[in-house]
Amino acid sequence: MDNVTTPSQENYLNHKTGLWSWLTTTDHKRIGLMYLYAIVIFFLSAAVLGLMMKVEKMVPGQTIMTAQTYNAMFTLHGIIMIFIVVVPGLSAVFGNFFLPILIGAKDVKFPKLNLLSFYVYIAGAILGLFSQFAGGHSPDTGWTFYVPYSTTASSNVVLALTAAFVLGFSSILTGLNFIVTIHKMRAPGMTWFRMPLFPWSLYATAWIQVLATPVIGITLLMVIAERVLHIGFFDPALGGDPVLYQHLFWIYSHPAVYVMILPAMGIVSEIFPTFSQKPIFGYGAIVVSSLAIALVGYFVWGHHMFTSGISYWSRWFFSFLTFIVAVPSAIKVFNWVSTMYGGSVDMKPPLLYAISFIFLFMIGGFTGLTLGSLAPNIQLHDTDFVVAHFHYIIFGGMGFAFFAAMHYWYPKIYGVMYSDRWAYIGWGVLFTGFNILYFPMFILGIQGMPRRYFDYLPEFKTTQMISSIGAVILFTGLIIMISNLIYHRRRGAIAPQNPWHGVTLEWMIPSPPPHENFDEVPTITEEPYTFHNPVTK
Amino acid sequence: MFEGASNLAAGVDKAFDFIFYISAFFIIGITGFMVFILFKFARKRHKQPQQFRGSVKLEVLWTLIPTIIALLMFYYGWQGFKPMREVPKGAMEVNAIGRMWEWEFDYGNGKRSKELVLPVNRNVKLNLISEDVNHSLAIPAFRVKEDVVPGYKNYLWFKPTKLGDYDIYCTEYCGLNHSGMLSKAKILDSAAYNQWLAELKVTKVLPSSEGLALMKKNNCLSCHSMSGAKVVGPPLNGIFGKKSLVVTSSGEKEITIDEAYLKRSILSPNDEVVKGFPAVMQSYKGVVSDEDIQKMVDYLKAQDAE
Repeated sequence: MDNVTTPSQENYLNHKTGLWSWLTTTDHKRIGLMYLYAIVIFFLSAAVLGLMMKVEKMVPGQTIMTAQTYNAMFTLHGIIMIFIVVVPGLSAVFGNFFLPILIGAKDVKFPKLNLLSFYVYIAGAILGLFSQFAGGHSPDTGWTFYVPYSTTASSNVVLALTAAFVLGFSSILTGLNFIVTIHKMRAPGMTWFRMPLFPWSLYATAWIQVLATPVIGITLLMVIAERVLHIGFFDPALGGDPVLYQHLFWIYSHPAVYVMILPAMGIVSEIFPTFSQKPIFGYGAIVVSSLAIALVGYFVWGHHMFTSGISYWSRWFFSFLTFIVAVPSAIKVFNWVSTMYGGSVDMKPPLLYAISFIFLFMIGGFTGLTLGSLAPNIQLHDTDFVVAHFHYIIFGGMGFAFFAAMHYWYPKIYGVMYSDRWAYIGWGVLFTGFNILYFPMFILGIQGMPRRYFDYLPEFKTTQMISSIGAVILFTGLIIMISNLIYHRRRGAIAPQNPWHGVTLEWMIPSPPPHENFDEVPTITEEPYTFHNPVTK
Repeated sequence: MFEGASNLAAGVDKAFDFIFYISAFFIIGITGFMVFILFKFARKRHKQPQQFRGSVKLEVLWTLIPTIIALLMFYYGWQGFKPMREVPKGAMEVNAIGRMWEWEFDYGNGKRSKELVLPVNRNVKLNLISEDVNHSLAIPAFRVKEDVVPGYKNYLWFKPTKLGDYDIYCTEYCGLNHSGMLSKAKILDSAAYNQWLAELKVTKVLPSSEGLALMKKNNCLSCHSMSGAKVVGPPLNGIFGKKSLVVTSSGEKEITIDEAYLKRSILSPNDEVVKGFPAVMQSYKGVVSDEDIQKMVDYLKAQDAE
């Protein structure tokens, strides 16, 4: 099947040309790419903010920015990374591009709605940026917008809240579209349990997006109403309850963590079989564990509030469920490792990223258990330990899965190859920088260093310095990795249809895929990940 | 974890160590196993990938074992946490007051201090009171932390077991100077503590006045001192009638601090900001009535007339 595709062949990139054809496209692949470019730009901007914060903290005291700027920066960093980059991230980019192809469809069920989701997303993102520059102060509440600070702060909180509200709509619409697509658009013969695992993970994710996002929408509206009309929902000065806000906020924002990580798990579940030339180990267990995570994930929000004064038994209950939700993730790790066992393992860049995903995700997961445990939580809550933990999960997990997907599907998306050598170098610098940046933050947290601190006591000096150096290395790695991909977009060698010898549907069509994916809708006759003729050259 | 200095430390550290060692075992074990696989089954050595799809026996095994381990971790965490919510009878009570951006500790009878001074080996319960937004009182050496939420009667307790000075942090983000909201817990022996408490002056309450009460109520004094100390905004004592350099949108200018300027500074505070201070105050337009503003301005005027 290694028939080489010449780029002159008609495909979705040259089907129509010109900016207008992109802006008005309803092709899921082009929409996926537009999300990709938007998300990469936002990701890099927010990464620069992160880098600047780390430079500020290289030595104690004020260096390159004031406390007010620092506070605004971690707020903006959080808002962009969470609402604009990570929550939509994998679903909007790779979900859009590959979900229809992986289930043998020509597009999503509602292509116009899909384009609308994109524009709603862009509108939300622009509002978010506007809140930074629209006179007055940039919001300085943290991405969590805790009341009563967020209802009394003098900064542009209302605009930032509106932005998050609008972005929520985009997320709901995409989720809805994917659910219907998966129910209605699967190719003949593709029963539920013949569906590959990335679509399964998108399915679990989409339900969370549809059911949980409205909660944050209404909560943010309530804060806006409180600020503008002085209705007492949350502010005790107006007779409201500040802890109620935290409940409502985390009822969405905890499941949102699974919106970020489930598609990441789906992506690595695609990569391990391909580079081992061996079926995924425990397909059923991985599917069930995704659904279990999505379901139980709704009921653990209280672990963000262990110190807020909630009752003894609610702490007990939330801690208990937090440990239960950890089990399906553990099952997946064992399944991924076992998929490689006995295979013919080819250490290409996508696999390298997928393996790093497992390593970083394990560290993030186990430190999550430490935080979910009631007594250690008291010590670690709201310290740098938490910051390190969720960067291991979100950046080490979701981020590295994103990079894995980028390297895995790059030849399919663009029909060209990147340089393996530079991909390895980029990975090496990135992975090293990542651990030097975030691992010391576990130690800082254990020693009591609180998060969201502009300044720190002298005893934290050395560890802070090491962490800041890590940030510079990490950023260098990012630049190397991305440059490699951008550089080879126009200059890379032509990629074959199936460079990694995968057996899912995207490898059965030319690279780049034709405008309507399949000339002939395929009929599925067997389980996914069936390697009749493993290629081990 | 580093050495604790309270009765609660052992429970926290035990749960932490339990989870830490099990985590380290699995992270190192699984990573090691992956490296082994990458070596043993590398494509150049292993050309015939096996095609098995799973094993029910293994799936059951690696569902049950993590469940049991997770439940054990939960159990240790719970056991370490349990005593934190059971305040012994007869514990001495101190009110810990959090406001933007300082701590104050009230021992009763008007005795207040900025640092938490306590006798060693005595149970103490801290009642957590917020005067404005959410804060969180954390003393890592004692392994205690609880949010200070306005309108909530949150508390924590502990028994300090070692003499010494220990850092206190605010760990719930509370605005501009969050990272400066620090204090110390000083643990003294019983005699030294009694002497310290006896010598602690009853906090001088400024001459009672409606204007002052209003300034406290509106949290003016969180950022503006009446002692001349620079906090966030300029101090408010001895300013009436003085000349001051202010920064406006059209540059710097010199003004005389009079009634009109004080009122303007409450209603649109960032138009004319005293040089050297950040323009971060919120407007109190619609928040404080004109009548109340007049009372506060009168108070400042009267203070400086003395």
